[in-house]
Amino acid sequence: MARLYEYQGKELLKTRKIPIPRGGVASTPQEAKEIAEKLDCPVVIKAQAWVTGRAALGGIKFAASPQEAQQCAADILGRKFKGVTVEKVLVEEKLDIEREFFASIIIDDQKRGPVAIFSSKGGTGIEEIARQYPSQIAFRQINVFSGLRDYQARNLVRQTGLTGGLQLKVGTVLTRLYQLARQYEARSAELNPLVVTRSGDVIAADCRIAIDDYAVFRHPELGIEIARELDRPATPLEKIAYKVEEGDFRGTFYFIQLTEDFNKDEGYIGFHGAGGGGSMMSMDALLKRGYKLANFCDTSGNPPASKVYRAAKIILSQSNIDGYFASGSGVASQEQFHSARGLVKAFLEENLSIPAVIRLGGNSEEKAIEIIQTYTKDLHAPVEGYGRDDTPDFCVSRLEKLLSKHKVKPSPPAAQSKGSPQGDLYSFDTLTGTLRIDHSQCLACQSKVCVKECIPKILKIEGEKAVLAITTEEAKKGGCIECLACELACRFHGNQAISILLPIPELEDYRRERML
Amino acid sequence: MAILIDEHKKVLVQGITGREGMVRTRLMQEYGTRIVAGCTPGKGGQEIQGVPVFDTAEEALEKEGSIDVSAIFVPAPLVKGAALEAMEAGIKLLVIVPDRVPIYDVLEIDQEATRRGVKFVGPNTLGLCSPGKAIVGMIGGRAEFARQWFSPGEVGVTSRSGGITTSIAYYLNKQGIGQSTIVHVGGDVIVGLPHSEIVKLFQEDEQTKAVVMFGEIGGSQEEQVAELIAEGKFTKPLVAFIGGAAAKEGTRFSHAGAIIEGGRGTYQDKVKRLKEVGAYVVDNFGDIPAVTKKALRSIS
Repeated sequence: MARLYEYQGKELLKTRKIPIPRGGVASTPQEAKEIAEKLDCPVVIKAQAWVTGRAALGGIKFAASPQEAQQCAADILGRKFKGVTVEKVLVEEKLDIEREFFASIIIDDQKRGPVAIFSSKGGTGIEEIARQYPSQIAFRQINVFSGLRDYQARNLVRQTGLTGGLQLKVGTVLTRLYQLARQYEARSAELNPLVVTRSGDVIAADCRIAIDDYAVFRHPELGIEIARELDRPATPLEKIAYKVEEGDFRGTFYFIQLTEDFNKDEGYIGFHGAGGGGSMMSMDALLKRGYKLANFCDTSGNPPASKVYRAAKIILSQSNIDGYFASGSGVASQEQFHSARGLVKAFLEENLSIPAVIRLGGNSEEKAIEIIQTYTKDLHAPVEGYGRDDTPDFCVSRLEKLLSKHKVKPSPPAAQSKGSPQGDLYSFDTLTGTLRIDHSQCLACQSKVCVKECIPKILKIEGEKAVLAITTEEAKKGGCIECLACELACRFHGNQAISILLPIPELEDYRRERML
Repeated sequence: MAILIDEHKKVLVQGITGREGMVRTRLMQEYGTRIVAGCTPGKGGQEIQGVPVFDTAEEALEKEGSIDVSAIFVPAPLVKGAALEAMEAGIKLLVIVPDRVPIYDVLEIDQEATRRGVKFVGPNTLGLCSPGKAIVGMIGGRAEFARQWFSPGEVGVTSRSGGITTSIAYYLNKQGIGQSTIVHVGGDVIVGLPHSEIVKLFQEDEQTKAVVMFGEIGGSQEEQVAELIAEGKFTKPLVAFIGGAAAKEGTRFSHAGAIIEGGRGTYQDKVKRLKEVGAYVVDNFGDIPAVTKKALRSIS
């Protein structure tokens, strides 16, 4: 789920007229001071981070004066809470709290719909409330067509003993909270605590909203950068990966880092799955043998070779991994040679220095395994390919063998051949890259293997040189499916004339910063 | 018998003129599925692989008289409209293939389906196959592979992962165990027919003697199956494998449904509950065929 920060959530509450404390968001201590001056009252300074238990971690501080507020903000900003650096603080009036409630809307998979939850005991987590005060929690399933009607909300609140004006105020908040959740397609929207002040006002003191990943595209106004279920902000590498996915609608590419903090020889593996279930099973097989995952990755839904290539390049940008393990469902319904070529191109460019075991079961797996085995023969590092009759457990045992034998010797990345500048360059754009053919090399080539290998059959020979058989516009629009077959065939059976440039925005900068 | 689909069921393909729709129509036809019509708004009058294309589902129904199943291959944002259209036209089973359908759209589809007595598989499903009879969706990739990989028999398969659905059927097949119907229920949090609904159908199906279930962390589908067993509503042997033993709380592993929320839906809980009610819980995926054989022996 795409989570919103507290301050973002509260801005949405305001649009639905759910009362929130007066205040503002600050990125610097100076800004915090200015907000406190404007509020002209004791304030609370709250770290904007998705962690739970901020108060106990020192992420919530109270200040009596603007100077103190500035100091508190300085303490919190830039600090790390559970590994996440705080970039913003919320500065709000300190509320004079009489009671705390819990109010939330969630989508419940068991009830198959939105559910409103209210408790007259707020402040702690709902699990804790349920344990201590089971009679003080009320639930109600919401009809997704008719919504939560005001009397339904009041009856829900009534079950916890609230009466009169307070029942009306809280019921109204719940009705509006559901309207907001529905409008922004929230998987969950939680006000905890929802407080009653000594003057009798009902105010949302905290707010946690998570938007349905699949609906983020309908809400550009929320400015959600990465619509992915994460309990922390995205890492730089995850952002790079997400851009790749956004820029290419063919198949899906999912990448998350499980840790960035590890060293060589600690047993961290770069993991590349295909298909959710098979990926998870393969991941379990690795962990069972004591390996640790640097990342989780899934390329599935029939992605082109170019997308698998980019995924592999991103995985290999985690410089301290000791091995590469790619394993999917076992019997996939898509052609496996696309993944094979994507992986091989990345391995060759990286001059792979760590052992890799690749399990590609399913359609055309024999061809896929052959591509893996033959094209990686000259690499320092051992690369093995397996198919549907080899279990993930067996493949992990192979990786174990290779890791025990192979002494890691880092090798510099192979220079990407860019075609000789003096050569007779022919090039055209593909959907996400550029294909270059050095025609001066073509002349000396006997095989013309690129034309035979090209899967969509868009190349032909003209005067001994390989050229497009379709227009450049057609090629760019997807006529070239970026299967990478021509490049690899030309490299090994032709005259090394073809290079396909598939840029990955910001990856080079990322690697340079980390001295890869 | 088999459940949900067979060679007699008449199938409509919504989004038949699209990239996936076209390819999958051929796969389904070649396998033996009775595709009677397609529909794409604005493209009525064409023919795709001999199948007449209509502008609306209602028109397809008018021309065909009756249609049993709609296979939906439209882009995710258009799924809700397509599903509601098929239901209003009178189709009683939908197979919603696309991934990334917004959850409130699924809830609306679900509520309307319940009201109308319609069933749906998916969203985010590879589909289903009754071996030797029919495929609806994209299971198998090519008909020739589907024929090699699956064969008719007495074991039902229900799975939350598409690739694993085919894998289980393939490995069973290698050991000479045929399948009644194999179903990918879909990878999302809320699916039309979760495991519990599928096993209820298998319970009623005479051909099915035992069921293999591939569960995943997150949600409560596997726990619900355990409840059915505990209540005596599902009495056939169940072989279960749960993926995601090593998952971290709050992090999604590919399938949106595979996320552990607030300590619910953990691997340990699911395994414990299933073992308590007497299911055969398998630790190693490769052991599924052997354990299934054992389960079948236990009832013969």
